[in-house]
Amino acid sequence: MPIKTDAIGKEWPGTTYQVGREKIKEYANALGIDNPVHFDVEAARAAGFRDVVAPPMFAVVYSGPALGPVLFDPDVEMNFAAMVHGGQVFEWDEPVCSGDEITTSSKCLSIEEKDGKGFYVFETVSVNQDGAEVVRGTWTNIVRGV
Amino acid sequence: MADLNVGDQAPELSVTPGKYQPHIYAGASGDFNPIHIDPEFAKAVGLPGNILHGLYSMGLVARANAAIADGDPRALKRLSVQFRGMGMPEQEIVVSGTVKSVDGDRVVIDTVAQQGDTAIIKNAEAEVAL
Repeated sequence: MPIKTDAIGKEWPGTTYQVGREKIKEYANALGIDNPVHFDVEAARAAGFRDVVAPPMFAVVYSGPALGPVLFDPDVEMNFAAMVHGGQVFEWDEPVCSGDEITTSSKCLSIEEKDGKGFYVFETVSVNQDGAEVVRGTWTNIVRGV
Repeated sequence: MADLNVGDQAPELSVTPGKYQPHIYAGASGDFNPIHIDPEFAKAVGLPGNILHGLYSMGLVARANAAIADGDPRALKRLSVQFRGMGMPEQEIVVSGTVKSVDGDRVVIDTVAQQGDTAIIKNAEAEVAL
């Protein structure tokens, strides 16, 4: 049965995430990151940030949830039981600080079948409350045995 | 680390994630997929045990590359990775990198994260502004 490709080019509206100091601290601790700019507002301001700043890969916390409705969309129809995360790209722009409100929209870039596997590529674009882009993510999920 | 040349080695990062590291990362990231936190579920779907989140390992790759710029969170401009072998808790992860290109203040570093002989992240490419 050929893989379903109806979702190629489909876009999903943005979901919004409110960034807070304690979540940044929790994420930095989980990764063993100890730079005070992630923990201490004075250190962050001294380094030129508005508030406690997020480590770059905190992007997964605010942009990841936007993919929830995408992966469950019937046009995508992905077999989760056979899905693995194959690859990931992030491109960062404006830093994300506590107090920011980040809105992430999603798009399906491609769905392809190769060697019996389905390659699903989605893009997320995250902007802050001023409309400035903070990160662009490319998420590749691989489904075996399509 | 201002003076990097093509072929230079980036400083290595070694981390041994604890038994409950996947649970800690699940809480921090919001990804509670049972393959990461439930050893019995993981074994039932054919895995050797509960496995590390790929994005946790990618986080270590990001941390290693940010260290080149003294941990400045503005330094990492782009990070591209492929997830390969499964990462397991309680085994040392070594992140190592080699400078691929230098263009003004931008360096591109080829990075790999290994557990023993298994590359858990390969073909990672980090663009760092110094």
